[in-house]
Amino acid sequence: METSIGWQLLPMTLADGLSLGVMYAIIALGYTLVYGVLGLINFAHSEVFMVGGIVGVELLIYVLTPTSLHPLIQLALALLGAGFAAAAVAWGVERYAYYPLRSRPGSGSLAPLITGIGVSLVLMDTVRLFESFFGHFERPFPSIAWFEETYAVSEHLILSYKSLVIWGLGGGFLALVHGLVNRTRWGLALRAVAQDTHAAMLLGIESRKMVVLAFVLGGFLAGMGGVLYALQFGKINAFSGFVPGIKAFTAAVLGGIGSIPGAVLGGILLGLIEMLAGTYLPLLTDGAIGSEYKDIVTFLLLILVLLCRPTGLLGKPKAEKV
Amino acid sequence: MIRKLFNNGKNQTTFALGAVFLAVICNIILATQGINNSFVVSLAFLLLVSSLYRLNSSSVATWARVFGVVSVIFGVLPWIGLSRLDYLDVATQIALFATLAMGLNLVVGMVGLLDLGFIAFFAVGAYTWAILGSSQLSEIWIGFAGLPGWSFFLVLPCAAALAGGVGVLLGLPVLRVKGDYLALVTLGFGEVIRVLLNNLDKPINLTGGPRGIPSIHQPFAELATTVAQWSGIENYRLQALAYYLLTVLIAFAAAWVFNRISRSPIGWAWEAIREDEIAAQAMGIPRIRMKLLAFALGASVSGMMGVVFAAKQTFISPDSFDFNQSIGILAMVVLGGVGSLRGVVLGAAVMVILNVQVLKGFSSTLAALKASGASFMGSSFTNWPPELEPSKYERLLFGLLVWWMMIYRPEGLLPAKRPIFIRDDNHVA
Repeated sequence: METSIGWQLLPMTLADGLSLGVMYAIIALGYTLVYGVLGLINFAHSEVFMVGGIVGVELLIYVLTPTSLHPLIQLALALLGAGFAAAAVAWGVERYAYYPLRSRPGSGSLAPLITGIGVSLVLMDTVRLFESFFGHFERPFPSIAWFEETYAVSEHLILSYKSLVIWGLGGGFLALVHGLVNRTRWGLALRAVAQDTHAAMLLGIESRKMVVLAFVLGGFLAGMGGVLYALQFGKINAFSGFVPGIKAFTAAVLGGIGSIPGAVLGGILLGLIEMLAGTYLPLLTDGAIGSEYKDIVTFLLLILVLLCRPTGLLGKPKAEKV
Repeated sequence: MIRKLFNNGKNQTTFALGAVFLAVICNIILATQGINNSFVVSLAFLLLVSSLYRLNSSSVATWARVFGVVSVIFGVLPWIGLSRLDYLDVATQIALFATLAMGLNLVVGMVGLLDLGFIAFFAVGAYTWAILGSSQLSEIWIGFAGLPGWSFFLVLPCAAALAGGVGVLLGLPVLRVKGDYLALVTLGFGEVIRVLLNNLDKPINLTGGPRGIPSIHQPFAELATTVAQWSGIENYRLQALAYYLLTVLIAFAAAWVFNRISRSPIGWAWEAIREDEIAAQAMGIPRIRMKLLAFALGASVSGMMGVVFAAKQTFISPDSFDFNQSIGILAMVVLGGVGSLRGVVLGAAVMVILNVQVLKGFSSTLAALKASGASFMGSSFTNWPPELEPSKYERLLFGLLVWWMMIYRPEGLLPAKRPIFIRDDNHVA
């Protein structure tokens, strides 16, 4: 009896895991892009994601849902708005937090990390204060009937349109970034800077511009990811970025930080593992271990990866230069 | 001419002692006149703290330093505190957070490892006493009413050892990886502890879940009753005084140990690792073992303070151990000066006063304005949403402070002095 219930839950769990994984992959790309270029973990990235989500949801609530546009076009416009807003925030973070540190010689590796945390707290609370001016805290994703319609693949796998949209859009974004980085001149320059900043500068590439590009591109993606997050979970608030941020970073490390296919693979794997843990931990232990423990599974995974394969699944081991 | 006056060692001593004396007088006047305006009180308190720092500069005679610090901390403050419990509470909190900040400073400042889940070790200590020293376990262990109050002093070292052990357990896998990852792993660890505290009320009720653990035994209850009988001072005041003295003693002990250890070969090894890990390894420094030592030492001090915290509060819940607390301690370290023992204590004092007195002062001022129905630029204060309460700006304040400090004054208020092996005695301040 137990096992049959377990099996019946599997398709839906995997489908939800894939949605979550796509979201993690989108955020993880931002971490990986910046890490690739600067070797820096951008702590404020999770808040860039949150700002995007909030902006997108507010756009939908106040501007887009009152119009009679098709839900997909509404969503596309919200995604664009959120992307630009988040990209602007990411640009600001680079300009006013990380750049002053980089331009000052002799600041250790600790300074950018601590600054990133500071910026992240400031962003969190600014958004919270801004929302509280209007008496809001949690912002609900507006209920658009179209997204809730379902398509039954089989008895145990009923997909809502919103999952299909998330998969489609997420896959599209990832392909777009892949194309941008691997097929365009800007992408070539970005990869050159990531490989060797000084050599790239000697070849006439403005490395500063490429750093900004990495931040802005990662920010744009994260902003759109924020809207998808709100779509999937139905709500978003000023503190929503924190936990997905840690998870997405775990995904980036899992796949190999600095590697773009790695971030995608890590994100999707992590989403699947988390959903499986959330569904099956309570089932297997008769409810003794609740689904809240899925966060612990994620964390243990991070430690395990760092122990066994610090370069991640797709990362190449690199000798440290002295 | 003024410079000459102050460069004279004797004058410096007199001047610094005079400043402390003035600050003490200010505080006594405030306390005895019953002035409750928290801005004035916090200003007076800051004055006292800064005058003590002035006293501890190198040009003041040693006897004056010892005399000033001892008389203020063990004489004036307890004396004022017996009539003004809020004073004592702030002083206790400063000592508590200063110890935590010193522990974190060991890890961040000395070894250069960014630990973002430091509060987790504090939680380990607090929950150790909370579970053992209350009837929390009676559900599993029928008839267990919790350890008696006096066993607190046995649990204190045990909890310190336990927290240190947890530190080693976490550190063993994690300290092998690069510093950047460590920050996120410790962040995740903090989250894990939070999840565990919130969910370990089932299948067996260990932590009480989100509701926390109430009515934790107080170690000084009996002692205070006895003393209260012949001194005529109320029981709760004496208990507050006992916690104050205990935290201050632990803080001094921790400061002494950290100071000694940072000047020992272990301290040099830590600094070598911070400055250049590979070079340090090449010089034969056992990298992992040294990092683990720092991690465990910081964790155990934090755990010890956790025990005191649980006993003092008599009620703890997971809310006291969230990410903001970890960041708050980090902000103290950054504000005071990463790596500087004197600095982080000052950082802790400033942050606690800001948090406990200044922000709360703003809040009560606003509440008074709201109650009076005053209006500002046409909008009545009564209509302000409760989220705008200044006491909720904590996070924004920490964030701005850390950001600003890192960019404009990364070395902190009182920068760490690099060890100088050839003293420059001709140096004139």
